[in-house]
Order: sequence, then structure tokens, then C-alpha cells
Amino acid sequence: MALQKVQEKVLSGKRLTEEEALLLYDSDEIHQIGILADHMKGRISGEYVYFILNRHINPTNICVNRCGFCAFSRSPGEEGAYELTTEQILQKIQEAREPIREVHIVGGLHPFWTLEHYTGMLSTIKEHFPHIRIKAFTAVEVDHISRVSGLEVGDVLRALKDAGLDLMPGGGAEIIDPEVRRALCPEKISGQRWLQIHRTAHRLGIKTNATMLYGHIESHIHRIRHLAALRRLQDETGGFQAFIPLRYHPTKDGSRSYPGIEDLKTIAISRLFLDNFPHIKAYWVMLGEKLSQVALLFGADDLEGTVIEERITHSTGSQGPEYLSREDLLYLIQKAGKVPVERDSFYNPIRVYHEEVGQTRGVGTVH
Amino acid sequence: MKRLDKQEALELFTEAPLLELGRMADEVRREFHPEGVVTFVVDRNINYTNVCINRCLFCAYYRDRDDPEAFILDRESLSQKIRETLELGGTQILLQGGLHPDLGLQYYRDLFRFIKSRFGIHIHGLSPPEVVYIARKEGLTVRETLLALKEAGLDSIPGGGAEILSDRVRKVLSPRKIGSSEWLEVMEEAHRIGMKTTATMMFGSIETPEEIIGHLEAIRELQDRTGGFTAFIPWSFQPKNTALSHLRPATATEYLRVLAISRLYLDNIRNIQASWVTQGLGIAQVALRFGANDLGSTMIEENVVRAAGVTYRAHLQDLIQIIRDAGYRAAQRNTFYEILRYF
Repeated sequence: MALQKVQEKVLSGKRLTEEEALLLYDSDEIHQIGILADHMKGRISGEYVYFILNRHINPTNICVNRCGFCAFSRSPGEEGAYELTTEQILQKIQEAREPIREVHIVGGLHPFWTLEHYTGMLSTIKEHFPHIRIKAFTAVEVDHISRVSGLEVGDVLRALKDAGLDLMPGGGAEIIDPEVRRALCPEKISGQRWLQIHRTAHRLGIKTNATMLYGHIESHIHRIRHLAALRRLQDETGGFQAFIPLRYHPTKDGSRSYPGIEDLKTIAISRLFLDNFPHIKAYWVMLGEKLSQVALLFGADDLEGTVIEERITHSTGSQGPEYLSREDLLYLIQKAGKVPVERDSFYNPIRVYHEEVGQTRGVGTVH
Repeated sequence: MKRLDKQEALELFTEAPLLELGRMADEVRREFHPEGVVTFVVDRNINYTNVCINRCLFCAYYRDRDDPEAFILDRESLSQKIRETLELGGTQILLQGGLHPDLGLQYYRDLFRFIKSRFGIHIHGLSPPEVVYIARKEGLTVRETLLALKEAGLDSIPGGGAEILSDRVRKVLSPRKIGSSEWLEVMEEAHRIGMKTTATMMFGSIETPEEIIGHLEAIRELQDRTGGFTAFIPWSFQPKNTALSHLRPATATEYLRVLAISRLYLDNIRNIQASWVTQGLGIAQVALRFGANDLGSTMIEENVVRAAGVTYRAHLQDLIQIIRDAGYRAAQRNTFYEILRYF
């Protein structure tokens, strides 16, 4: 079998080369790839699958970048453009149907919001909800804030951290390769810049995630190089918590693409290749509940969270739910044969759920 | 591969890791279909009535006869739907309804004759509960009823109404519906008079793993004797808008597990359908590596499942795309799984 060598390396805990990762992409032995990824996941997180009670907030869709693949962004003054006030953001946190532990804040690159606007947002949230962790602002936003405010990235990150930033999401990485990036999102910061901002964040003690937007114009080799760049940075800093492959959702009027086997393979290869990343996330908002559940058998150990309201993916016309309850998440994880663990922002277990959630909603359920 | 017995199947179904099970099912699928083709049929689901006296707990579609939403499809609408189906390259209609107390054998014979006199289209119609209802109403045997329907133009019978072939489950979910043995009897008689049929299984309600395997065994045993089943179609119960809406639907991993064990157990049925209507295109594609070799219908119109809140829609292009992306060749087939054209 073509995967023999890869299999031996995985089983003995050896690091895969880029060529070997490509071999995995070229193989159609998806069951075996999944079994190997699940084996590796088991070595890292046992039978646990993590989730968090969180909510997403997108403070504005006004964005100076207007990437071709984005259906969320608007120009200032354009129909549908919005800005949330800090008051409205507080309201959204207050409204959460279940008590949340983390708020995930990402938005557009607003032409006029300076550092003070962002630090004000963070400190007001912390003031009202001191127990809630704030995961906010992609590297792309941080770069933008630094330019609008005329400050170094390090200073911006320090100021955000002082104002209450606990950790950073992994968005905006897209595909690091410069050629793909030029074609995909020429106005966005370079891949090197993205890596540099995460490096700076890690040095300041800010944990971050990393993403990869795939399924557009890139080839498998671009994906592998992307993963390799992340793995190198992680070797250097150890500051990444989770890797989140994001399947490209075509815009409403764009070409079709479908989640499926390729997504499971990408999850599995990510798990196998990123041996220094503690967690691989199946982001159900993009994959849908069904496929993200199956991804739990292909190496993913994190199912994101309750999310509650998500506008970026849903603006492409995604029909999936915007919210999964804690019970929904527990059920999906248990039916995949894994053990659900409610976590905090740093993957400390809050509660391990060994008792089973029944098929009947709301009866005999976990309280 | 050696034929699985019930105990072996039960152990695999309840204990084997899903990806191991999937790999085994994938191998069997490849043995049945080494040419690497995945098929679908272009057809239209036409419901001639939504009136049904059975009132099954898992159904969101039925209405009582005096309900304002009750209908019997008129001939003009029916003709329009068939014309559209043919224009879209369709080859069959899936003609199903409910157990309407006013409709007897004559209605169905007239209906089939009407269709056959005007259109060159295959009628894949009724289901065992409807056939038994007509037979009882007319005081005929199942065989007599089937012969009369066949003579009027019924070409083949879809495998609906099987649900779970366990009388324990049926007493709870569908106490007025025909029992397991009657469902099997209709299929056996149909096969004996030369009609092909499919077989289905609706899982994910209140059945046990033993009952799922029991269902597969009943189908396999009949197929050994008649060879009349063209395909097996497992699909998951959709609780929304039904009397069982408090139940959670079966999850994707459970679906894939049932699909895989079906492929492994039913060594005498050539085709296993993935249900994209209940699972979505993503899982349907994954299902092509867990034992399925067919995506069923393009579903020009599908009323019964839509009433239960499934919002998935896909067109010809969607099905072709997911088949190709999975590494197979896409082909349109007819009711008998003969390939009509490749894409």
C-alpha cells in the first residue's frame, strides 16, 4: 500500500515531510488516512472532543479590503453596511441564550476606527463581563489598526492586551503562498506579514489560532506549504492553540463548491502534518453539523462552540444553523463515539461529559 | 467475501470502528461496481394524494380527508408535471400517495392507463401499504391486485413503507400500517409476476440494532428467493413536524454506519442508494465511499420529505459535481439501473 511508509512514521511518532503529506493528498485511501489521523488525535487528546460556550460578534462589515471571495464586506455608505456600537456589543453578550465563556470578535477593516476604538471596546466588555475571555481581531485587523493609528504591531498588540484581549483568532491566513495570495486577495496583508504578527503575538504571550482557506484556486502543494509555514512558526514559538481549515464558500453569485470527502481529507492531513499543534478544529459553521461530526473521526478534536450568531459565512447564503446548543454539541460528539469536554479559552477542561445525552430533546439531559 | 450471519453483522454494526466498517463496505462496493460509475435517475416524485388513513407518527405529510389542505391531484396538473419531467430528460415518475378511502382499483387503473396513453414514461408507483389497501378494499388477493395494476401500466414498485420490518416498532410508530410479513408478501408477489422493486429502511426512530439487522435479514432472505430487488435505500427518520418531533434525528456517523452494514450484509442486492435528500450533498458524497453506488433521484419535486423540513435541494449539476469530485464517473440510469448516458 502506498501509505505504508507514512503509516509507519505516524505510528512511531515521526514527523511527516511535505512530500509525504502530498502523497496523502494524492491517495484515495480516505478510510486509512482517517484512521491514522484519529490515531494521532488519540495520542494528543485521547477520546476527548472539545467545545466552548461562546458567541461570535462581527462589529462591522465595513471593510477597505473587499476581497473577491468575501460576501460579508461592504464599503462605507453602501447599502447593508453596519457598525455596532459598544453598547450593542454588550447587549449581544447579555442576550446569549446560555452563559458564555468566550466572545469571538472579528470584523471588517474599518477605515476610521483607530486603536482607541478597539481598546475602548475591549475594556468596556471586560468591565461588564470580567469572567468572559475575549478572542478578538485577526492579524489582518491588527495590521490595519497599526496602519490607521501609525503604530508598530507590537505596540498595538500590547495595548490591546492591556485593554483585555486574551487571545487571537486565526483568520486572514488564507493561503500563505504569495502567488495564490496575489490572485485571491491582493489587498490583504502578505502571508509573511500574517506570520510575523502571530509571531509577535506569541512573544507577547498572546495565544492564537491559525486557519487555512482552501478549495479556491490553490493546489495541494500550496496547502502543504501553508501547513509547513505554520509548523515552522509553531516550532519557534509554541503559541498556536488550534488549526482550523476553512473550506471556501463560494459567494452567492459565484461558482459552486461542495463540502465532502476533500474536507475530511484536509482535516486528517492537517492533523497528521501539524504534529506540534495541540488541536484541530472542525468548524461546523462552515462544514455543517453533519460533516463536522464525521470530521471528529478524521482527526479533529474541537467542534468550536455554540457560536450563536455568525454573519461572515452565512452572508454567502449558507443555509446551516447559526446556533448549536450545548446539548446539540454533546449529542453530535457522543454519537461519533467521542467524549465531549466543555473547555475554556485555553483548552482547560471545565467539564467532561461521561453521562449520555438521550435521543429525546430536553429529557434525561445533562444539567 | 463470505456471507455475514446476523450475529457477525450485529457485532460489526455495534462495535466496529466506523472507518473500518466503511473501508470494508467500500471494498464490497468496488467488487459490485469495479467500473467506478455512480448513477442517478432523473425522475419526479408525484404525490397523487396526501390523504392517508394510516396517520403514522413519523409522517409530516398526511392529511385527513376533510382537512383544508387535503388534495387529490387532478389530471391536468399530473400531465403538466409529467411533461416537465420528460422535458428535463426524466425517464420515470415516482407516483405515490396515501391510503385514501375513496380511491379504489378502478381509480388507479384509470390513472395508469391515462398516463400510459399519453406519455412514454416509466411508472414506478405505489408501495406495499397502498397495494394492500386497494386489495382489501376490493376483496382481491395481493396477486390479483398487482396483476390488475400491472396490466393497467404500473411498471415497478418502490420500496417505501418498509420502515423497520419489526412488528414491535410498527405497533408503536405505525399501528395502522401493514405488518412486516404483509410488506414482504407484496414484494414477493410483485417479483413473482415479473415486477422489479426496491427496498427501503427508515431508521433512527425507536428501533434497536437487532431490529436493523433483522430488517436486512428479511430483505436478503426474500432476495435469495426472488432476485427482484434492484436496490436498497436506507434513510433516516426526519422528526421535524411529526408527532415525534421531540426526537433528535440520526446523526451523520449513524447514517454512514447503517449504510455500510447494509452494503456488507446485502450481498445479493447490486445497488445501494445514498439519500442526499435526508443527508445533504456532503454526506451523500462521503456515502459513496461507505458502500453507496447510486444517488437516487434528481428529485424534480419531492413533497413528502419537504413537509418534514428538509431543505436540501440539488439539481443535476450538483449530483454530477459531487460524483466527479469523489473520483467517479457520473451516469444517468433508468429504473432498472441500465446506464442511459455518461456525463
